[in-house]
Amino acid sequence: MNSADTDHVLQVEGLKKGFNGRAVLRGIDLGVPRGGLFTVLGPSGAGKSVFLKCLANVLRPDEGRISFDGRPMGMGTDPAVKAAFRKRCSFLFQSNALLDSLTALENVSLPLEQTTSLNDAEIRDRSMEALRQLEMHEFADHHPGELSGGMQKRLALARAIVTRPELVLFDEPTAGLDPLRRNGVFAMIAKYRRMFGFTALVVTHDVPEALVASDRVALLEKGRICFEGTPAEFSLSDHPVVSGFRDSEKALAATIETIRHDPLVSP
Amino acid sequence: MVSLLGRQTLGVISGLGDFALFTGNSFLAALGSRKLFRRIVRSLHEQGTVCLPVILIVGIFTGLVLGLQGYHVLNRFGSSGLLGALVSLSLIREMAPVLASLMLVGQAGSALAAELGMQRQTEQIVALETMGIESRGYLVSPRLIASLFSFPAQTALFVLVGLWGGALSGSLLLGVDSGVYWSSVERAVEARDLRECFVKAALFGLLSIALCAYQGFHADRNRSATGARAVSAATTRAVVTSSILILVVDYAVSSFFV
Repeated sequence: MNSADTDHVLQVEGLKKGFNGRAVLRGIDLGVPRGGLFTVLGPSGAGKSVFLKCLANVLRPDEGRISFDGRPMGMGTDPAVKAAFRKRCSFLFQSNALLDSLTALENVSLPLEQTTSLNDAEIRDRSMEALRQLEMHEFADHHPGELSGGMQKRLALARAIVTRPELVLFDEPTAGLDPLRRNGVFAMIAKYRRMFGFTALVVTHDVPEALVASDRVALLEKGRICFEGTPAEFSLSDHPVVSGFRDSEKALAATIETIRHDPLVSP
Repeated sequence: MVSLLGRQTLGVISGLGDFALFTGNSFLAALGSRKLFRRIVRSLHEQGTVCLPVILIVGIFTGLVLGLQGYHVLNRFGSSGLLGALVSLSLIREMAPVLASLMLVGQAGSALAAELGMQRQTEQIVALETMGIESRGYLVSPRLIASLFSFPAQTALFVLVGLWGGALSGSLLLGVDSGVYWSSVERAVEARDLRECFVKAALFGLLSIALCAYQGFHADRNRSATGARAVSAATTRAVVTSSILILVVDYAVSSFFV
């Protein structure tokens, strides 16, 4: 273990992943500092979700090394190390992936019921506590299909934090939401990250919200990390990919202005 | 042509191996799964209580038809007193285990394949794995264990209802003496017939539920369809292959017992 590993809860080196001969991740090197909210930005199709699924051991990387707390993960890892990692890390899916045949309380209880030796009363108490902290306790007997999108997101977060993980991975938590709800989701992540003290790693393409809420950001483009730094550094960066992604609204305004003055495009 | 045949054969062998591993690993996964009994009870409800009406309806009509057809054939030879033996042996040795299993595949097996297929498509199965939960132990093992009890129980019920159906058409409608019918049943049925019946039922249950679970669990492997169409394709494949498998295994087991 080197000194850099001790500062990072997650360390990724030379991570590569492809599908049917098409490279999606082309060698990612990234360190996620312990504590704080780290956001990986990137346009659609850049490989953000694939990257996160490799970290969560859902997808097997083709090459590279992933270390959690200084211990190697990923390819050929001892099942005991993987099991220990899964106890300390939670994954929040873009689709929430709640079990629709179970109630909200049963969904939250599930990881405790299946992976700990707690008795029924302790499981119920801890699950209700998690639901209460996310203001979902009144819906404990509801099934996910009976809840709104925002409630389902909170329920998925309750299930993710009930095991008291050290690292929570968020896959596009604001996908398909309007700006107000996007703000709400980032505020929720920041609030509960402070409340429970876990490290949050978020992948998203929502630049403004991510820059406000994150402690550090990275930009993933064409399967590689092309920027990593603080939100302030991101805002000031003159890296062409960063500025292109960050200033996409200005580019759109310029395009619209050109169209308005183009005599060939008449109403 | 030869290489195509070779590829197809290898594909079938590899598929059979994959299915055998899936079934074996699902049973093994039960060892580490917590609160398993609760989920077995839920599965017994799915394969038992929920399927009860269809078993009762098909059972009674099978008995009625057997009684009706059997009476007319036996009456030609002046042997209508053997109607009970014909109905009971037909039901116990062949019709009850096969028909009850086909009905259970149609109802519980298709529901299982569709449910697991949906869970695969909506990342619920992956979510279980990211939580450190053995997905086969949680979703498949209780269904497999339950099938070892529910299929023989439903088959027994099918036999009882079928025998009553035979009595109804034979005695009540066609005039065979009720005492003669039931004593013929009692004399004809031996312990080995019942053993064959329940061995078949348990085997059909295990194989068909494992096959339905396998198809649903791997609904994402279908490269020609995605989403709802992949689930629908997995469900269809599950029901068709399970039904064929039941008939093939029925022949194999019958040859062994006969």
